[in-house]
Amino acid sequence: MSQVIEVRKGTYHDSVTLMQLSQELNARPDVTTVVVAMATELNLSMLDDMGFDRPAEATPNDLVIALDVADDAAAKAALDALGELMQRQPARTSGLGDQELPSPPTVATAARRAQSSLALVSTPGRVAALDAADALASGLDVMIFSDNVPVSHEIALKDMAATMGRLVMGPDCGTAVVDGIGLGFANVVRPGPVGVVAASGTGAQQLLALLDGADVGVTHCLGVGGRDLSSDVRGRSTLAALDRLAADDTVTTIVVVSKPPAPEVADVVSRHAASLGKPVILGFLAAGRPDLTATAAEVVDAVGARWEDPRRWGAGRSPTTPTDPAASRYLRGLFAGGTLCDEAMLIAAESLGTLSSNIPLAGHRHLDADLASNGHTFIDFGDDQLTVGRPHPMIDPSPRLERLERELADSECAVVLLDVVLGYAAHADPATDLAAVIAASDTPVVVSLIGTRDDPQGLEPTAARLVEAGAVVHASNAAAAREAVSLVSGGPA
Amino acid sequence: MTAPTSTSAVVTAGAALFAEELTRQGVATVDVDWRPPVSGTEDALATVMLDPRRVTANQEALARMVLARAQLTDVRPAAEVLDLQPGQFLHAGPPIEWERASGPLRGALIGATVFEGLADDPEAAERLLARGSLSWEPCHSRGAVGPMAGVVSPSMWMLELYDDVHDRYSWCSLNEGLGKVLRYGAYSAEVIDRLRWMTDVLGPALQAATRARGPIDVLAIIAQMIQMGDEGHNRNRAGTLMLLKEWLPDLIAADLRRADLAEVVRFVSGNDHFFLNVAMPACKLITRAASGIPGSTVVTTMARNGTDFGIQVSGTGEEWYVGPAQLADGLYLGGFGPDDANPDIGDSAIAETAGIGGFAMATAPAIVRFVGGTVPDALRTTARMYDLCVGENPSWAIPVLEFRGTPTGIDVTSVLRTGQLPQINTGMAGRVAGTGQVGAGLVTPPMECFTAAGHGLAAAVPSPHLPGVVRT
Repeated sequence: MSQVIEVRKGTYHDSVTLMQLSQELNARPDVTTVVVAMATELNLSMLDDMGFDRPAEATPNDLVIALDVADDAAAKAALDALGELMQRQPARTSGLGDQELPSPPTVATAARRAQSSLALVSTPGRVAALDAADALASGLDVMIFSDNVPVSHEIALKDMAATMGRLVMGPDCGTAVVDGIGLGFANVVRPGPVGVVAASGTGAQQLLALLDGADVGVTHCLGVGGRDLSSDVRGRSTLAALDRLAADDTVTTIVVVSKPPAPEVADVVSRHAASLGKPVILGFLAAGRPDLTATAAEVVDAVGARWEDPRRWGAGRSPTTPTDPAASRYLRGLFAGGTLCDEAMLIAAESLGTLSSNIPLAGHRHLDADLASNGHTFIDFGDDQLTVGRPHPMIDPSPRLERLERELADSECAVVLLDVVLGYAAHADPATDLAAVIAASDTPVVVSLIGTRDDPQGLEPTAARLVEAGAVVHASNAAAAREAVSLVSGGPA
Repeated sequence: MTAPTSTSAVVTAGAALFAEELTRQGVATVDVDWRPPVSGTEDALATVMLDPRRVTANQEALARMVLARAQLTDVRPAAEVLDLQPGQFLHAGPPIEWERASGPLRGALIGATVFEGLADDPEAAERLLARGSLSWEPCHSRGAVGPMAGVVSPSMWMLELYDDVHDRYSWCSLNEGLGKVLRYGAYSAEVIDRLRWMTDVLGPALQAATRARGPIDVLAIIAQMIQMGDEGHNRNRAGTLMLLKEWLPDLIAADLRRADLAEVVRFVSGNDHFFLNVAMPACKLITRAASGIPGSTVVTTMARNGTDFGIQVSGTGEEWYVGPAQLADGLYLGGFGPDDANPDIGDSAIAETAGIGGFAMATAPAIVRFVGGTVPDALRTTARMYDLCVGENPSWAIPVLEFRGTPTGIDVTSVLRTGQLPQINTGMAGRVAGTGQVGAGLVTPPMECFTAAGHGLAAAVPSPHLPGVVRT
């Protein structure tokens, strides 16, 4: 038996709280008696009666803890337990009931209201860092959907995340899947052995869709933002995301999808990937490197599943005969997904020569500000500059629909290449309006349809509607691009 | 396809679509009622919020506020404790010159000048003050606080409080009661006579009792008064009684004339706000403990001089950020009305800065009636203040909120991001010098203070370091 008495100066607690604490501690098997009380004369004389030595210099404003326990270890255990009980946060009540509680005005206050480990921020880019910083400071990972976030904000957020062991997905992160939960423009995936790190939203979606087509599941797809592998940001989130996936036992194979990193960053990422003890496939999309479909095939092989060529729906149309056979005829690519646009341009550039785009490949033409078509033309309607103050084209398809009508009416247009992206947050029925426009023309239209079996829009019905309108539909964006290129008559511009 | 299940909610800020899509997956969300930050502060806020020092600096500020102590250790004349020389005064709020001084501040300075015998009558006092022969500076500049006009002159007796954790003192004058009193800008003969009696009798009596009694733990009294329906700013009944209870045995045992003893006890027990002047320096010790932490965005002072409202924030120390003081919304005494009221005045908003007063409104529903409010309004006010603060003070538990601690540590960035202002409970002084109190009610600081503080904090952030070295 050992008696311990401890005085904590100036620690006020009301007597009911202290009686509750005493009662909880007395329920411990290694404890004979515990009294936790303010050192009032009444309480001190009660301790006298219980045989404790009266502490010197205790005042009614001091807390006294008296323990009668088996041994020192039990005393320490009881004091530790008391510390925990005193730290225990009281219920976060407003006194009003949850119904009347004002909505949380910040991410930090929202994080206090519920058990949470993740925030999704889609506030305006100039200030999105405020909300993201709030999330990190509250111990949450954060996905930043917002674009037009200054790169200095991105770097500061990612450094803050590193010190707190949190992950920043984004900014300009369109797609993520965390523990099977789809965030932003995410496809419905089935659980499985693959973990994805994606610096590109639609690139990730293409991969998720093709893996789903091969019946390979994905547990996490961690977006990192399109600038993460730049020489400014230096892969801060990519490295953190790789570590996350390496630590997750459900993930056996990791794949990174991105445009090619800055060379010095590519080195760092490659070396880090090699150190993880799990296979990491680096799907850096560039001229002379595997396209997204080839990367998907590599992943499918790596997990030991069977790869077949992705689906192709419909017969399509033959190229129309130009009224002036001497006139040049061009490919027009109208994209909602930046990476899908990039991939199509890489493929088209192999045989069509110079291309024009608002996001041109190196050595190709930049479109004028009015985006007027100029030879073989590719427009990314999801580019930052086209989404300032307006929704992403996957939510609001109208600008692209208008452009499609114009291209189909343009005698210089030999074939239109489009992407249609399904999944959460994408337009509920992207096919109907497109089909109407496509059906009204004879110009060949090739569609890359990015979706999984379980996507809410329905993969098969969407494909069927587009085919019915006369389009040919591919599950592989690369295959779609190749078919469109093959349909172009006329030489390089 | 089965929906993924998770016990963890996702916090969403921004497009409602993404929250809806999570709900569709069976994932709980907590959706932020997001508003753009106060216009013009966006870039300053980014600089401040991305400052890598901020999070730990604010945690440190909160820890210091929760750890600070406040014991009433002595009662002594201002000349002695604050080194206040004849012709020098202290006042509430940020610094201000005579030309811009409000009626109640002028009235209190006039009264104090007469009280100190520097002028024979109010007119002569006013001439001296206007001519610049006398000087005044904020109470806060010497670590003191003063309610309403907050004027302190060398002969006034001060309550002296000590924080033994941070080894620091704070002071406040003795509360004169309600109605025609110096702190509300009144300076008639009855005001001056009362001040004389406080100096001659009250101060020495309380000194004797305090010294005999030994240090009184003021924070423990505040903890208890919060459980007894006082919020420590506009309602101090329980606090006053508990303080008197601490003093009484030693007052009675002190060598006082029986009539003086009776008058001292009658004066303290008859003034429900006597404890305000004890709570205020206790709050000052709490907030001052959090002052001067680089990178911290916690407000450490809110104070008004009747013309300007000024705040100080931890990260920039003693720097004042000012804006125009507002008119309170409340109830008026006797025949007074809104036209008679002076804009907000006093250092007493130190109570809210430390987490009580308007922030503890939930515990004192009796005073929401000052603005025709309801009990749910009181609860809602405290609920909103949690949203502006970095944390809670577990020592000050509000019973009706399941003993949740009071909201503590106003974060400048939260105010600027939400556009919501701290709620202050306050008395109202008459606009015209010499009038006295005209009412009591609720008031908020002007947003300008927080806007200026945001820019001040941003300017104090060191230039961002060059992009760091990538891990290998």
